[in-house]
Amino acid sequence: MVTATTPLEAELLRLAGSVPDPELPVLTLAELGVVRAVRLRGGDAVEVELTPTYTGCPAVEAMALDIERVLREHGMREVAVRTVLSPAWSTDDITAEGRRKLREFGIAPPRVRTEGEPVPLELGPTRTRRTETGPVRCPHCGSADTELLSRFSSTACKALRRCLDCREPFDHFKEV
Amino acid sequence: MTTTLPTTAALALGDDALVLSHRLGEWAGHAPVLEEEVALANIALDLLGQARVLLSMAGDEDELAYLREERAFTNLQLVEQPNGDFAHTIARQLYFSTYQHLLYGQLADSDSEFAPLAGKAVKEVAYHRDHAEQWTLRLGDGTDVSHERMRRACEALWRFTGEMFQPVAGLDVDWSGMEAAWLESVGDVLRRATLALPEGPRTGAWSAGAGRQGLHTEPFGRMLAEMQHLHRSHPGASW
Repeated sequence: MVTATTPLEAELLRLAGSVPDPELPVLTLAELGVVRAVRLRGGDAVEVELTPTYTGCPAVEAMALDIERVLREHGMREVAVRTVLSPAWSTDDITAEGRRKLREFGIAPPRVRTEGEPVPLELGPTRTRRTETGPVRCPHCGSADTELLSRFSSTACKALRRCLDCREPFDHFKEV
Repeated sequence: MTTTLPTTAALALGDDALVLSHRLGEWAGHAPVLEEEVALANIALDLLGQARVLLSMAGDEDELAYLREERAFTNLQLVEQPNGDFAHTIARQLYFSTYQHLLYGQLADSDSEFAPLAGKAVKEVAYHRDHAEQWTLRLGDGTDVSHERMRRACEALWRFTGEMFQPVAGLDVDWSGMEAAWLESVGDVLRRATLALPEGPRTGAWSAGAGRQGLHTEPFGRMLAEMQHLHRSHPGASW
C-alpha cells in the first residue's frame, strides 16, 4: 500500500513518515500508517499521498503542512500533498511499534481485526464491559476488566473507558 | 454550477451531512453530560468531513455551504428538524444513521464515484448508529419519563422518514430493498427499547418529503441564517 520506487523517493518517504502526528506526537505518521506514497515529479518536485484517519480529521491539514516543511528542508522546491480516501484507512494500518508507543503513552491501542467489517459493538446498556474482539486492556495496569464510558472521547478516533481494577480512566483508540 | 447527475447526488448527500452536522453542533454547551457533549461534537465532525468531500465534488465547498439560498439545499427535511429535547436528537440520529449506514454500505460496494468516500464513512457511521441505538434502548427502556419522551420523539419525526427512500438521480441504489432493511433495523431497535414502530404516515402531500426538491420546513431558514451570517457579513475573509 505504501509505494516508493527510487532511492530518493524511499528517502523522502522515510522523511515524510518521520513527521510526528500533530495530536498524538508520540507517533510518527509512518507508525500511524497514513502516508501512502511519495512520487517524484521531475528533479525537485514531489507528490505525497496522505490518507486521513477519519474523513473529518482536522489534523490532516497540519500533517500536510509539516510534511511540506520537512521535504522542502530536504531540497524539494515543490511539494504537493494529496488526500486520498481509498482504500480507507484502518486501525490495522498502525504498526506494532505504533501500538507499543500508544500503550506507553496511556492510550489502549486498537485491537487487530481479522476482517474488513466495522467492529460489532455491544448491545445493552450504554455502560458495558463485553466485547467480541477480545478485551480492551488498561494501558496503566494491564487489567482486562475495563468498561466503556463513552464511544467518543477527546478526538473522533478514541473512546473513553475506565479500568475496574486500578480505577483509572483511559482513552482507547477505537477500531475502524 | 453544473447540474449533471453526480452533482445532484453529491449535493443531496453533502447537504444531509452538512445540515445535520450543524444541528448537532448546536448541542455544544447544552448537552446533558460532558461525555455526550463530546460524543455529539465528534459525530458532527465526522459529518462535516463527509460534507466537505461531497460538496467539493459538486463545486466550491464554502460557496455551496454559505452562499446558497434555502431553496437550493436538497437535504432531507429530517436532518433540518430542530434538536428538541435529547430524545428528539437521538430519534433523529437513529433514523438518519441507520439510513446513512445502509446507503453508504451500498455505495461502498459499487463502482460509483462515491465509493471511496462511502467506504471510509461507513465505518464512522457504524459508530453513530451504535451510539443512537444504545441511547434509544436506554431511554425507551428507562424510566416512565424517558420512555414517554422517546416515544413522543419517534412519533414526531416519523413523518420525515419516508422521503429518505426517494431515489436520488445519479445513485445506483436498491431503494426499496434499503427501505425494507431500514424498517427492519429501526423496528428491531425500537422493540428492544420497549417502543414500537410509529403507525402514522411517512409521506403525504401535506406533510413531508420534498427536501430533495428544495422545499424545506420553517426552522431550516432560521438555521441557515445563523450558519451563514458570518460568512456573508465578511465576504472573502479567511483565517
